[in-house]
This record gives sequence, structure tokens and C-alpha cells, in this order.
Amino acid sequence: MATFKEFRNNIKPNWCPGCGDFSVQAAIQRAAANVGLEPENLAVISGIGCSGRISGYINCYGLHGIHGRALPIAQGVKMANRELTVIASGGDGDGFAIGMGHTVHSIRRNMNITYIVMDNQIYGLTKGQTSPRSAAGFVTKSTPSGSIEQSLSPVEVALSAGATFVAQSSSNDLKGLTDLIEKGIKHEGFSLINVFSPCVTFNKVNTYDWFKEHIVSVDSIEGYDPHDRIKAMSYSMQNNGLLTGLIYQDTTRKSYEALVQGFKEEGLAKADLTISEEDFQKLVAEFA
Amino acid sequence: MISQLSWKVGGQQGEGIESTGEIFSIAMNRMGYFLYGYRHFSSRIKGGHTNNKIRVSTKPLRAISDVLDILVAFDQETIDLNAHELRDGGVIIADAKFNPTLPEGLQPVRLLAVPLTEIAEELGTSLMKNMVSIGATSAILGIPVEGFRNIVEDMFLRKGEKVVEKNMEAITRGFAFVNEQTGGQLPEFQLEKADGTKRLFMIGNDAIALGAVAAGCRFMPAYPITPASEIMEYLIKKLPKFGGTVIQTEDEIAAITMAIGGNYGGVRTMTASAGPGLALMMEAIGLAGMTETPVVIVDTQRGGPSTGLPTKQEQSDINALIYGTHGEIPKVVMAPTTVEECFYDTIEAFNIAEEYQVPVIIATDLALSLGKATVEPFDYSKIQIRRGKLLAGQELPEMEQNDQFKRYEVTEDGVSPRTIPGQKYGLHHVTGVEHDQTGRPSESPTNRIAQMDKRLRKLDVLAKNFPNPVLVDGPAEESDVLLVTINSLGGTTEEAKGLLEQDGVKVSRAQVRLLHPFPVEQILPYVEKARKVVVVENNATGQITNLLKLNVGHADKIESVLKYDGNPFLPNEVYTEVKGLIKHGDVQRISQ
Ligand SMILES: Cc1ncc(C[n+]2csc(CCOP(=O)(O)OP(=O)(O)O)c2C)c(N)n1
Ligand code: SF4
Repeated sequence: MATFKEFRNNIKPNWCPGCGDFSVQAAIQRAAANVGLEPENLAVISGIGCSGRISGYINCYGLHGIHGRALPIAQGVKMANRELTVIASGGDGDGFAIGMGHTVHSIRRNMNITYIVMDNQIYGLTKGQTSPRSAAGFVTKSTPSGSIEQSLSPVEVALSAGATFVAQSSSNDLKGLTDLIEKGIKHEGFSLINVFSPCVTFNKVNTYDWFKEHIVSVDSIEGYDPHDRIKAMSYSMQNNGLLTGLIYQDTTRKSYEALVQGFKEEGLAKADLTISEEDFQKLVAEFA
Repeated sequence: MISQLSWKVGGQQGEGIESTGEIFSIAMNRMGYFLYGYRHFSSRIKGGHTNNKIRVSTKPLRAISDVLDILVAFDQETIDLNAHELRDGGVIIADAKFNPTLPEGLQPVRLLAVPLTEIAEELGTSLMKNMVSIGATSAILGIPVEGFRNIVEDMFLRKGEKVVEKNMEAITRGFAFVNEQTGGQLPEFQLEKADGTKRLFMIGNDAIALGAVAAGCRFMPAYPITPASEIMEYLIKKLPKFGGTVIQTEDEIAAITMAIGGNYGGVRTMTASAGPGLALMMEAIGLAGMTETPVVIVDTQRGGPSTGLPTKQEQSDINALIYGTHGEIPKVVMAPTTVEECFYDTIEAFNIAEEYQVPVIIATDLALSLGKATVEPFDYSKIQIRRGKLLAGQELPEMEQNDQFKRYEVTEDGVSPRTIPGQKYGLHHVTGVEHDQTGRPSESPTNRIAQMDKRLRKLDVLAKNFPNPVLVDGPAEESDVLLVTINSLGGTTEEAKGLLEQDGVKVSRAQVRLLHPFPVEQILPYVEKARKVVVVENNATGQITNLLKLNVGHADKIESVLKYDGNPFLPNEVYTEVKGLIKHGDVQRISQ
């Protein structure tokens, strides 16, 4: 069994010192080892942004694609080989702005993949513009007088789209985050893990300290039941979307792959591509 | 005796026009005739005039004709819109129900008012008027009613023996009515006997979808669009039998990126769309080019720009397909010319995509994708699967930790070894950022040049190996005119060539099957030897003309004949236009 060190490669991330994304990288490596994966059976598919670089910083198969499209690429990989563990990841702009359509539909589709968003409430790579996660009034290079749009809650969007696994965590809490990623990987179906991952360079408001002060763990709520979708929604709203931990999980629904009729049990990539003459002539006969 | 005729059925959309044409043509196909059918339809589902024009011949053909021999009309509008196409002595079979009349100023045609609806209602349902009209047609052609039995059984036996008999009765009644009116078969409609050979009858999209299954494609993410949807609809029915599936995605960006993911994951995956969808896919096609991930994309061209003429013929995506996507990538754009080629070319597209690790676009046009034609049975032994430098398992040399598989190794032919996730000794990173041989981001100028050259070099090799990038028909020595086309226009120019030759014009034809990389070497000798080159294309700006000029020069003698009203060219139109160009040009040998 691989140790977390085997998921490390010798590439030095180009993230700013202190960037929240380092914790996410470490948490993925630890979680992968903890659930017993081998590097060759993990594929990390990432979008574009500072966060999107993560696929290059983990020793496994990885694809760094285009802005906002990590999820459909990841779903393609999963369809090609359902035996792989597939993690999609990227920033909040990647997933909730340009890629929002895919996020919602991936949730509905419920393929067995884990989606980890590094949510820094700003655009890091393009040097500090507003994001769909920026709070109203937030001043950025593109909103010099403060954002006049509402920020959206990934948790609430996911719950209303029919998510089967919704979790939130922060880069402050490596242990908790690792644990949630493990749970997400083991979950049958789509798991969304939104991680508050501070951008120390461009976001001077939503800092590590700010999150420490504002987040509310579900563990602090007496009798919290992660299987109650309505309550999950209501707690999230009561806490301005800053609830952390395993917020909701539905273990009754089957994953997309399990529901596809006739879908091969073993990875489709292993299938023989040739068609027998008999099968071919049967198909052709329909056009005679 | 005639060797070919044109038959058209028209009425309101949703009235069963399509199935009437379908039953008639399948029966004729089974008798061994060669068929070509082109549907005129609008984007409305119900209502609106629609017609299905079918040509029947004892020889292969693949174009609609200028003239019409028989028109079946379920309403007056059909007569008003189509009767002018009838030749002198042509026949209209019209439903007596609407008291059909002939428009003024028409050439002499024969109008047969047949109680199509009435007979059908007597038999139980007006729906069967289609069958009555088929019977009426067969009386004119002298085809025995029993010739329709096997197709009627194929269609209705599920619903019981009774339904079959009712439908046969409808055909028989239609036959009897017309027979009585005309006193037997009309001699000028006597079709030569067909050879009785069993052949296939399908649209280009069917051939593409079947080709995909034969090629080992097991996954297709796609978003519905006219005229591409038949491909996904076929595959969703068939792929589960082979362990695969189709996903209807949220949009075309998801479709292409999922297809890229599928191919990266090791499964032959394709997507299909039309112009609007291709426009959305462009950024991702660049990703496939940059990451050297194979992917097959079908573009069934239709009338643009924007929503344009979504159900009409056009060939106006060529520039977008060749030049679309930012930056410079190796990309292949194929253009099959017949339904048969749609099948074989689709298989080849998957092979090329994997052998060269590039995105391959198969461009068709609406007339090719939806035109239904008789096809010689496909040759199973010609189905080949070539995966190029794909390595798995034992083929991969052992690696230490921190070693990375050289996914982008610089090689002579530009193609690097490739592997897929799941292989112990194949770990590597893939990125759309410029990268070094192991896939790690790199901004080094020398690496940039090495990788850029390596990627683009692949097309040089491909240009040399592509099978039949140009199909030439006609004299290799000097010709008065070289007609150049792509896709469905091959059939039209083939007939136009015949007409021109009757006037003593020496014509050769070139059907370009590979649009990018452009097959310069193969076409240049013909361009050089022709006095004039005429590119016949369905668009307004001469995209293929410009492509040809750009690649082979000789701009002074290359001209275009363009049509962009949404309809395919008729052979006679091409003949007239080309004739006009020759007259005003400097061609000497023309006989008039
Ligand atoms: C189609 C496209 N549009 C715009 C960009 C430029 N771009 C790159 S990353 C990015 C947003 C980055 O923000 P986020 O996704 O939140 O990631 P972060 O850098 O904060 O980790 C943008 C707009 C791009 N690469 N592609
Ligand atoms: S700019 Fe922000 S998000 Fe990007 S690496 Fe630096 S700290 Fe991280």
C-alpha cells in the first residue's frame, strides 16, 4: 500500500508562501494513502487558476485542462475507467463562475467522483478580481467600489441540485479536511468538498483568522444529522454558508455508473475494441 | 423503358410523409434498385410543408434530380409548391379529398385524383392514406403489390397479423383504383428491371454511427442538434450491447471535454454536433491538440451563421473547422463524400486520432448526413483498429518514484509513446500549458520550439499517409474544366459532368476528402492541367475556393459556383453555371 509520500512528486508548487492550496494538496495526498490507493489508480483532473495547478503537484495521473471544465473532463475519465479514483479540483471561479453549469449538472448526474474546490473568494491567477463567492461590497480590481452582486453558497446550490455528498472545510484544518476527502472518495456518487483556502496575496479580508472566527462546525451543533437535507439547508442559511464538516450525505442513491444500463463492470478502457463478424452483420441487417 | 425516375411525396409535417417515403424506398431498395432520398423539412415538428424526394435508378446515384416524374400530394400546397418540377407528362397522385387543382401555366401533366383518405378511412383509419398512395404509385410503375409485403411485415407484424393485412389491403386498393383509371401501367414509366442484389439503405449519420461502433467507439457524450442527433440516437441504442453508453450532456463544451476525458482515459470516444456546437467546442479542441489527446468530432454542417437555416444544406463551417481554436495545433479535418465513405472514414478517423494523437473532425453536410442512399454492403474485413503508440502494462519500462513517463518525448515523426491512467509505470502529467517531454509546465524557449515543432510535424507525416485524400474522376491529361467539390456535391457534379460532356466539354472532377492538412500534392497536377478550375460549393464566400487558391496557387483560373439559399445544387444548375463560366472564359475546345 502506498504511503502519502508516494503521492508526492519533486515539483515545487508555484503558489505564494502561505497559500491555502498547500493544505489541500497535502490533504489529498494523505487521504489517498489513507484509503489505500496506489498512485496509478488515482487521476486528478484540474481546472485553470492558481488552484488548478494542483494536479501537477501530486504523484498520480493528472490532467490540467481548461478553465471551468475540470468536471466534464473528470466525468469522461470516470466513464472510460470506473476502476480509477477520480478527483476533480479547481478554484471558486473555475467551478462557480465559468464552470457553474457543469457543477450543477455533475451534481445531478452523481458520478462517483470527488470534487474539491479551493474557495478563496477571489480570482488568484488573474491577480485579484471578484468571484461569485466574493461577498457583496467586496472591493477588488474589477469591483473598485465594492461588489454589487450577491455571493452564492456552494453548499446551498449543491443541496438544491440534489447532491448526495456535501462537505465544507478549511485549509486551517488539515486533519478535518483529510478526513472529509477520505469520506468523499469512499462515498458512492458525487461528493462536493468546498474548502475555504485563503489567498494570502489578493484577499486581505477572508484570511485564515477571518475563517477561524466565522466558520461554524457541524460538530458544534447538537444532534446535527447529515442525512436531513432540509435541516442541512436551513443550518447553512442560518450560518451564512459558513458551516463546515460533513453537511449532507445520501447513501441511498446509486451512482450514475451503477445506473447506466449495460455499462461494463470493469473499466471500459480494458474492453476489446473489435466487433465480431456476427455482431457486425446483425447491425448491418437493420439497414437492408 | 426508363432507367431512373424521381418520385416525391409532400404534405404537412407530422402527416406521415417521412414514413410514406420510407416504405416506398425500402421496398424499391430490396428489389435491387439504387435509391437516393432527400428530405425537405423545417424546424417545426407539426405543420409546415414537408416533402421527401426519392430517386430510383438501376445504376448508383447520389444526387437529387432536376425533374420530377411522379408527385404524391396530400394537400394543395404540395401541388402549388412542387408541380413546376414535374416533367412534361409527369403524374400527380393527389388526395381527392381536397379537390386538387393544377396551378395555371403549368407544363402538361396528368392529375390523378385518388380517394386516398376515403379508402384509408373505409379500412379503419385515415393514417393509412400513405399506404394507399404507395399502391397508387406502384400501379403507375407496374410494380406488383406483393413487392411491398416484406417491408409492411417488418413494420407492422409487431402490431399483429391483422394490421399487416389492413395495410396490404390499403396498398392493393390504391393500386386497383389507379389501374382502373389508367387502364394499366403507363408505358413511359416502365422502369428497367433491377438486378435484385441485396444492398443497404441508410443516411450518412447512420453510416457514421455504425462506423463508430465498428471502430470500437464505446462512449459518446453529445448535445442534441439538427442534423447530427441521429448519431447519438443510434449509439444510445447500440452501445450498451458493447458495454458502453451515450451521455446527453448539458452543452457542447461538456460534450467535447468529456470526450477528451474519455479518450485520455483510454476509451475511443466521440462527439457530434453542427456549427453552433462546434463553435462552443473550439477552446477544448485546442486542449486536445495541445495535450495530444485523440478525439473524434463530427460536424454535420447546416445553414449558418448563428441559428441560420438549421434544417438546410450548407457547407460554410470549413473556415471555422480549419482555423477555429486559438493558437496552432495539429488537427485533421476530413470530408467524406458518400454515405459509404461516412462508414469507412469514421473508422479511419478513430485510427488517425490515436495514431497521430490529434483531434480529428469529420465534416459532413446536411445532404450527406440526412440524404438516404443505397449502399453496397460494408466489407467486414476492411475494419481495422490501429491504436498507434499506445502502451500498456508490460510494454512500459519500469520506473522509479519521481521518474515520469516521457509522454511528450520528441520523436522523428512527432508522435510520442502514450499511455493511459491505471498503468503502474506510466505516471505522467498532462497539461494545456506548454510543457516539457514529461508533461511538466515549461516556458523555456528551446523547449517551446521543440514541442511546437514536434506537434505540428505529425501533420506532415499524416499528409503523406492519408488514404485517397482526393478522389479524381476524369482525364489525367488536359481538361477544359476541373470541378472541385466536397461532401454531397460529388454526386451532383458527377451528373453535371455528364451533361457538360454531351456538349463536348472535357471535364474532370476532384472531390476533396481531406480539408486539413490540404492534399496539395494530390490535387496540384489536376489543377495544372485544367484550363479552368470551378469550385462548386454551398456557401456565400467561396471557402473551398479560397482554400484551394491558398494551397495550390493558380488563382487566375480558379472560379466558384456558389449556392447558399439552403437547398442542395441540382445537376442542371451546376451545368448551366459552369457552361456560363466557360463561355465567357478562354476555353477553346468547346463545341459551341
Ligand atoms: C476561457 C478562459 N477565460 C479566462 C481565463 C483567465 N483565467 C485564468 S484563471 C481565472 C480565474 C481564477 O480564479 P479561480 O478559478 O477562483 O482560481 P484561483 O486562481 O483563485 O485559484 C481566469 C479568469 C482563462 N484561462 N480561460
Ligand atoms: S495568488 Fe493567491 S491563490 Fe494564487 S498562489 Fe498566491 S495566495 Fe494562492
